[in-house]
Amino acid sequence: MGKDSRLILDPLADNNPITIQVLGICSALAITAELEASIVMSISVLFVLGVGNVVISLMRNIIPSKIRIIVQLIVVATLVIIVDLVLKAFAYELSKTLSVFVGLIITNCIIMGRFEAFALGNSPWRSFLDGIGNALGYGVILIIVGFFRELLGSGTLLGFPVLGDPIEKTGLYALGYENNGFMLLSPMALIVVGIIIWIQRTKNKALIED
Amino acid sequence: MEQRTDKNSYTIIFAIGMVLIVGALLAFLASSLKPMITENERLEKQQNILYAMGVNANEGTSANFVSTEDAPKLFGDYIKKQLVVEGKTATEDDQAYLIDVKKEQAKAKNGETRRLPLFVGEKDGKTFYIAPIRGKGLWDAIWGYVALDKNMVVQGAYFDHKGETPGLGANIKQRYFMDDFIGEHLLSEGGAFKGITVAKGNADPKNEDKTDNEVDAIAGATITGDGVTAMIKKDLKLYLPYFQTLKGN
Repeated sequence: MGKDSRLILDPLADNNPITIQVLGICSALAITAELEASIVMSISVLFVLGVGNVVISLMRNIIPSKIRIIVQLIVVATLVIIVDLVLKAFAYELSKTLSVFVGLIITNCIIMGRFEAFALGNSPWRSFLDGIGNALGYGVILIIVGFFRELLGSGTLLGFPVLGDPIEKTGLYALGYENNGFMLLSPMALIVVGIIIWIQRTKNKALIED
Repeated sequence: MEQRTDKNSYTIIFAIGMVLIVGALLAFLASSLKPMITENERLEKQQNILYAMGVNANEGTSANFVSTEDAPKLFGDYIKKQLVVEGKTATEDDQAYLIDVKKEQAKAKNGETRRLPLFVGEKDGKTFYIAPIRGKGLWDAIWGYVALDKNMVVQGAYFDHKGETPGLGANIKQRYFMDDFIGEHLLSEGGAFKGITVAKGNADPKNEDKTDNEVDAIAGATITGDGVTAMIKKDLKLYLPYFQTLKGN
């Protein structure tokens, strides 16, 4: 059992898909300007990676190795489209919030990476745990980056103005504080991820490569 | 793994089988859910149109529609006439709100006449003329509904998008952006059509000057903002001849 729990815990820190494996950077840059979007994306990836890993694992003995990447791609795409259709029919409002992420989920390299590296060679239960673990590891970084980008870029968190009103000059803005518009642009996400990587490797020297 | 999965014949059969199964599954789902999705889209159009004319459930700083249950009844109550505008004339058509603006724009490109829907609503004794607009953002389509009075002064606006960047371009559907349009003039003082420009650094961030034909842009969303400017200029201009006839009355 100790081994199973590591499947969840490892990707959260010492084998984090973003900061250690450096996967999924593209979506981490694209959607972290707001905390809410980061959270929605994390939940979506959690679902797709958890279910997708199980599906691939169940099929692992019948997938022809020559076309396995295409098969994996089809599984992700199908899952995402099914979710999108069902939401459009039964939870239209929610589906509109998520529609932006549909394309980004399909192209998320963490998903393909876990299918290829883990689900193809492990049992469905272990694959499920691995999927959940990696999605959580991805989500944690997304939410940290989203938190700082929204706070420093827009002065809000989840849309609520926490630092005062920048136009009326109340709260912190009365003291001359200004939002940093650069935080809203993608390059700053890369820098924030870089800072996280730096902190993580300072704390755990074993992670530093030669 | 096993040898049989390496055979070409197996690979081909597997590929064909997978495509058939996945294709059938998706086709079945799509066609069985289609009626519900169409219905949702129809209600959303009604909600959008009502939102633009100020019939909404806005709270604080968030933009909220009237509920989907109430939308059909409210739509019937507030929208007095649905018109299809052609130059200076307009014909009534109670299904005008179902006209697909995207298809009409494509028609116009092919040289056919474009049907322009216009909805006439009444609220608190005021008459609103609501027109749909559609254009391109940074990544994908953007669209909206603009409520005007007969002098083409904006009374309300609703914008939406298919895939603009969250936190940047996607903010065109935030209240603070949409509400800036209220009171803005589409015409210059002389009565020529000028549209409304989403302008960077226009020295009027609180948007107090309503006759400058400008609203403040969103930082980091230049291309989406330009798209909003363009769709307002292009699509609303088509209604100008009709509005000129209203002024005469």
